[in-house]
Amino acid sequence: MKRLGPAILLFSLLVVAGYQTAALNETSLQTTGNDQIDIQVPPPPLSEDFFPCTMCHADMEVNIERRELEEFHDDIVLRHDEENRWCMACHDANNRDMLHTASGQLISFEESYKLCGQCHGPKLRDWKEGIHGRRTGDWNGRKEYLLCAHCHDPHSPKYKKLKPEPPPQKPGTIK
Amino acid sequence: MKRRTFLKAAAVTSSAAAFSACVSKEAREAFFQKDFRSLSTDEINKVIKRLEAQYTQKYGKPFSVSAKEPIPDTLFGYGLDISRCIGCRKCVYACVEENNQSRDPQIHYIQVLEMEKEKGIDFIHADMYYDHEEVPHEGNFYLPVACQQCKNPPCVKSCPVGATWTEPDGIVVVDYDWCIGCRTCMAACPYGARQFNWGTPHLPEEEANPDTHFLGNRPRTKGVVEKCTFCIQRVREGRYPACVEVCPVGARKFGNLLDETSEIRYILENKRVLILKEELNTQPKFYYFYGT
Repeated sequence: MKRLGPAILLFSLLVVAGYQTAALNETSLQTTGNDQIDIQVPPPPLSEDFFPCTMCHADMEVNIERRELEEFHDDIVLRHDEENRWCMACHDANNRDMLHTASGQLISFEESYKLCGQCHGPKLRDWKEGIHGRRTGDWNGRKEYLLCAHCHDPHSPKYKKLKPEPPPQKPGTIK
Repeated sequence: MKRRTFLKAAAVTSSAAAFSACVSKEAREAFFQKDFRSLSTDEINKVIKRLEAQYTQKYGKPFSVSAKEPIPDTLFGYGLDISRCIGCRKCVYACVEENNQSRDPQIHYIQVLEMEKEKGIDFIHADMYYDHEEVPHEGNFYLPVACQQCKNPPCVKSCPVGATWTEPDGIVVVDYDWCIGCRTCMAACPYGARQFNWGTPHLPEEEANPDTHFLGNRPRTKGVVEKCTFCIQRVREGRYPACVEVCPVGARKFGNLLDETSEIRYILENKRVLILKEELNTQPKFYYFYGT
């Protein structure tokens, strides 16, 4: 438990400091344990064609009715507890450039891990410790993290299969 | 003087003279180079200068050979999340690029073993030559195996000339200039982690990595044994090994076992961890774990 102490303190500090911005900047966050470690989070993987969402949504009437999308975003296939949820479960209807948690607290796309962590608590805990997900950089210094959405499509989060690199040569074929 | 003694002395003198006369200064120095652990700092610097010049000329780009010493209070440990690995083999090829392995004949430090979920960890039925369209393949899981950096390494004990040893930061290294190529260490290793240069290593100039370490990824020659060094040239600079950085699913973890805030310590304290062939008492510092 003592490892989580500083983390909770730092996260509450971040929230108090009004860490809610729609700008897609590099974000840094402190994790537990070593306070000296600076962890850089690259911007969330949002397409410039669609973000900020208010480019289009600012002038549109809000329709929170669950429906089949036809003109836009019809390429999005929801495979993420789709029986119980729809766009507005995570996206905020009134502030389109933000997400919101189950309690209605607005959060930016940079902090989307907080949204994911509401259901995937143990994964969020491991991610903060550097156990879940890829870390790059220095093992004893500055590290770089990825957000959940860099590897998992939030609409369909199961990790996609990959084509493997070629198998090694069998000893018999080596000359 | 007896005729036999005279002939012996004459033969020795003339061959020594011939050796000095027709062999370059560099070749002479290389021939008389001592094993790495016997070299003084001055001698190491001289050897490094000669090697850098040799590699720079051979590969047509400036090479650096480091002999950077271990970071104090560091013991490296590695974690691999079996529940995450999808068997994509990206680590295998990132390792080859980083560590200047021979492309032909092919040398890989990492063998990704495909196993059946029903059988569990079962080396006899494992397949490293799987070639699916997509991975992970239904019903299988993957277990990449490279050097386990044992605390009690049978390879080191078996080497007849002391060309392989454990560094203070826990990395088992090879002095490629002292190795006689007898392959006893390969027979001793229960993990198949050591590779032998059966032929002259072929490393294309444009693919050569010029940032090297004497005990790590400097170019090798025919007839010597090589192995994973946790990317000694990277980790002694504070960086992660190449395989850790390339893994698309983040299954590979690395850190200092003596630092209680490190990722590897968190894994040891909080996850289900196993080591391979525990019954052999090799005491690996390579820990497989289940992240789920």
